[in-house]
Amino acid sequence: MSVGPAWYMALAAVLFGIGALGILTRRNALVMFMSIELMLNAVNLTFVAASRALGGIEGQVAVLFVMVVAAAEVTVGLAIIVAVFRRRATASVDELAELAG
Amino acid sequence: MTDVIWLVVLFPLIGFLALLFFGKRIGEPRAGYLGSATVIVAFVLALIAAFDFIGGEGEAHTVVLFEWMPSLGLDVAFLWDPLSAAMTLVVTGVGALIHVYSIGYMHGDPRFGRFFTYLNLFIVSMLLLVLGDNFGVLFVGWELVGLSSYLLISFWFTKPSAAAAGKKAFVVNRVGDVGFLVALMLIFSSFGSLAYGEVFEHAPEVLSGGMATAVTLLLLIGAAGKSAQLPLYVWLPDAMEGPTPVSALIHAATMVTAGVYLVARSGALFELAPTSAAIVATVGALTALFAATIAVGQKDIKRVLAYSTISQLGYMFMAVGAAAYVAGVFHLVTHAFFKALLFLGAGSVIHAMADEQDMRKMGGLRSKMPITFATMAIAWLAISGIPPLAGFWSKDEILAVVFNRGGAWIALWVIGLITAGLTAFYMTRLMYMTFFGAPRWADGVEPHESPALMTMPLVALGVASAFAGFINTPWRLGFEHFLEPTFERFEVHLAHPPDGITPWILAIVSVLVALAGIAIGRRRYGGAMPAETGLWWDRVENGYYVDDVYGTTLVLPGKRASQVMAFAFDAKIIDGIVNGTGTAVRAFSKALRPLQTGLVRSYGVGILAGAVGLLIWFLSRGGV
Amino acid sequence: MGEWIVFVIFAIASVAGGLAMVSARNPVYSAMGLLLTMFSMAVFYVLNLAHFVAAIQLLIYAGAVMTLFLFVIMLIGVDKAEDTTEQIPLQRPIAGLLGVGLLVLVLLAGRAAWVTGRGAIPQETGTIEAISDEFFANWILPFEATAILLTIAAVATIAMAQFLMKPRAVPADSDEVAA
Repeated sequence: MSVGPAWYMALAAVLFGIGALGILTRRNALVMFMSIELMLNAVNLTFVAASRALGGIEGQVAVLFVMVVAAAEVTVGLAIIVAVFRRRATASVDELAELAG
Repeated sequence: MTDVIWLVVLFPLIGFLALLFFGKRIGEPRAGYLGSATVIVAFVLALIAAFDFIGGEGEAHTVVLFEWMPSLGLDVAFLWDPLSAAMTLVVTGVGALIHVYSIGYMHGDPRFGRFFTYLNLFIVSMLLLVLGDNFGVLFVGWELVGLSSYLLISFWFTKPSAAAAGKKAFVVNRVGDVGFLVALMLIFSSFGSLAYGEVFEHAPEVLSGGMATAVTLLLLIGAAGKSAQLPLYVWLPDAMEGPTPVSALIHAATMVTAGVYLVARSGALFELAPTSAAIVATVGALTALFAATIAVGQKDIKRVLAYSTISQLGYMFMAVGAAAYVAGVFHLVTHAFFKALLFLGAGSVIHAMADEQDMRKMGGLRSKMPITFATMAIAWLAISGIPPLAGFWSKDEILAVVFNRGGAWIALWVIGLITAGLTAFYMTRLMYMTFFGAPRWADGVEPHESPALMTMPLVALGVASAFAGFINTPWRLGFEHFLEPTFERFEVHLAHPPDGITPWILAIVSVLVALAGIAIGRRRYGGAMPAETGLWWDRVENGYYVDDVYGTTLVLPGKRASQVMAFAFDAKIIDGIVNGTGTAVRAFSKALRPLQTGLVRSYGVGILAGAVGLLIWFLSRGGV
Repeated sequence: MGEWIVFVIFAIASVAGGLAMVSARNPVYSAMGLLLTMFSMAVFYVLNLAHFVAAIQLLIYAGAVMTLFLFVIMLIGVDKAEDTTEQIPLQRPIAGLLGVGLLVLVLLAGRAAWVTGRGAIPQETGTIEAISDEFFANWILPFEATAILLTIAAVATIAMAQFLMKPRAVPADSDEVAA
């Protein structure tokens, strides 16, 4: 008896929520980035589970696309973090509040 | 030839543009030659084009230049008919003479070129006014002559009184223009067109009696503003602040007659509204008498002539109001000659007296300025109505027609007769104070005859003033036959002088009145200058203080209202709304600013809240 | 039944990894927590017959991306333990509320239907062959677009590094810390 897609969805929801909490509560830019990766992974899980439930392969294709975009995002994002750190000696996003109204 | 009638307008226009852009470079006196040449060419062209009408053969001719406002069916089109031909000839003829005169008069003025620029602009505008084939072109010319009049009155704008006079003329004319504009709107809404042919032809079917009265009364307001009739005459005496050639051309011979032209041109409308026509005649008669009494008390030679002009324009209004359109236009033509001559003569005197305009400081100029004196004497007798000079024929035709209407019109005839006597009196006063008696010159003034450039136009106008009357004598109605087609075209009925012996009796009466006026004037001013002091002289000299009355009743409340509008309504309420908008936006932004914390995590909360909100919405709608 | 055991074990592991990542004060521990989750994901992919994706997950995420993360953590300093006292008022209560709310709502929504559309058909294993068939038959244009995207990202990163190396004139009164 295989595990139904509903379970995977529920697990993905839990992981997504954890990721969201991480973004909202942590101020280290790196950890926030990791939280985003966690959320992306949660979504990927739903794709794969749905792909199996529907008997297609398109879900897996979508996951691969998400991975590519995530990889690109990580490269650029980390470069930005390093750049900010070089100038400000901090990785805390709370201190980068120059755009405050 | 009539097809290229637009050439008449084109030449002065070329002169205007050339002078406008290169006036300074062309310099004195060539700017004057250029300006004069273009107007002379225009006059010659107009004369050639008018030959057909003189022979009584020509037909009214419309020349469409281009479509102007197709949605209104409005074209820029010229109408060449006897009336516009007569007006064109007066404008270009007198205009050319005054252009030539100005070359001498404006000699040495630093803005010599600019003066001729304005003068040419005026000629162009006036030609548009008289040649237009519809009320639209007429109105454009109407406003443009107002503009050039303003520019020329305040030509010496460094003089505060000149600047104020220009402003006054402009504002008072605006009052009349409002009436004119409303009249045009009514005409357009009634006829769906502004073209003369369309409007006048269908006027009897389209216009109800009340509407005709309304339109014509509004036209009268416009005409009264431009032609300085009661109660809008106040700008004309002040307009004498302009250079004298301007006074002669614009404020005596041509522009101020635009109102008379307007009424004559709209004869088909006035025929449908006898009440309005009677009001026109009454306004004219009262203006004639009122201005003549003021002219008696003026000390400034140009102001005498200004009030005289108002008075003579009143005569013309009386004539066109009495449906004596031919007599009115006839008087317009003769008046253009002798009043331009009087102004130019006065200018010559002022020139000789080193810019002195007060007649009490003149006297005895006869021998020093023989040509000026001789020509002005012709004009003096002409305006007084002494046969066989021009003024006699035109003035008497007006009086005869008014008398012939009978009934209440006899009262207007009496007023006209009294005015004729007064006219003879104050003109005699002017002549005697200026040319006769002992010199009362200020120290160091050496009067001399003016140069030939100035006296030649005087002589030409003198000849015209002497003989122009013969174009329309009771035994040879040349001018009437000339003009008739214009009015026959729309079946306008012309009022005529009485037949038989009556006109001769009337003429003898009016000549006797004129001679009486001259005799009284001669007796009073022939010897030493009588003292003119006392309550009545004071009142008359100041024009019955009408300006002061207008000042306290109209201008002051207007200024007060403007002040309230400017400093209370505009500054507080209008600006308040504008500033209030800004303040409200600022306050709103200020209230919202704290939202923009700059903290990425706060924004994250917002995003998540949005996601949750969307989810709630989807779920509450029952689907996913 | 075996699938259930595996699922439960790795579900617990992934959630634990996630929680560890969110709660660890030291970023290195966070990275380790995330690594655990990533690995669990790969297991779930295998359970769902997405073998190729699972391999890529390990290669890209657990391998490349996590290495990159650790590298950056080392670059900025491991010893910088984060001050966990919250300075934005109400941030944590609201965050908690929203997180829980989101979870509840997603689960509520899940009661209605997890998947819609066509019914289950015999499952095809996500082999390289199957995936590449799909890619090059139906998704060639997006595939090429991702190639361009990756190129752009690489160029952008290099450009930023280049930019950082150039000495910049820093205004005297600037609050910047000299590098």
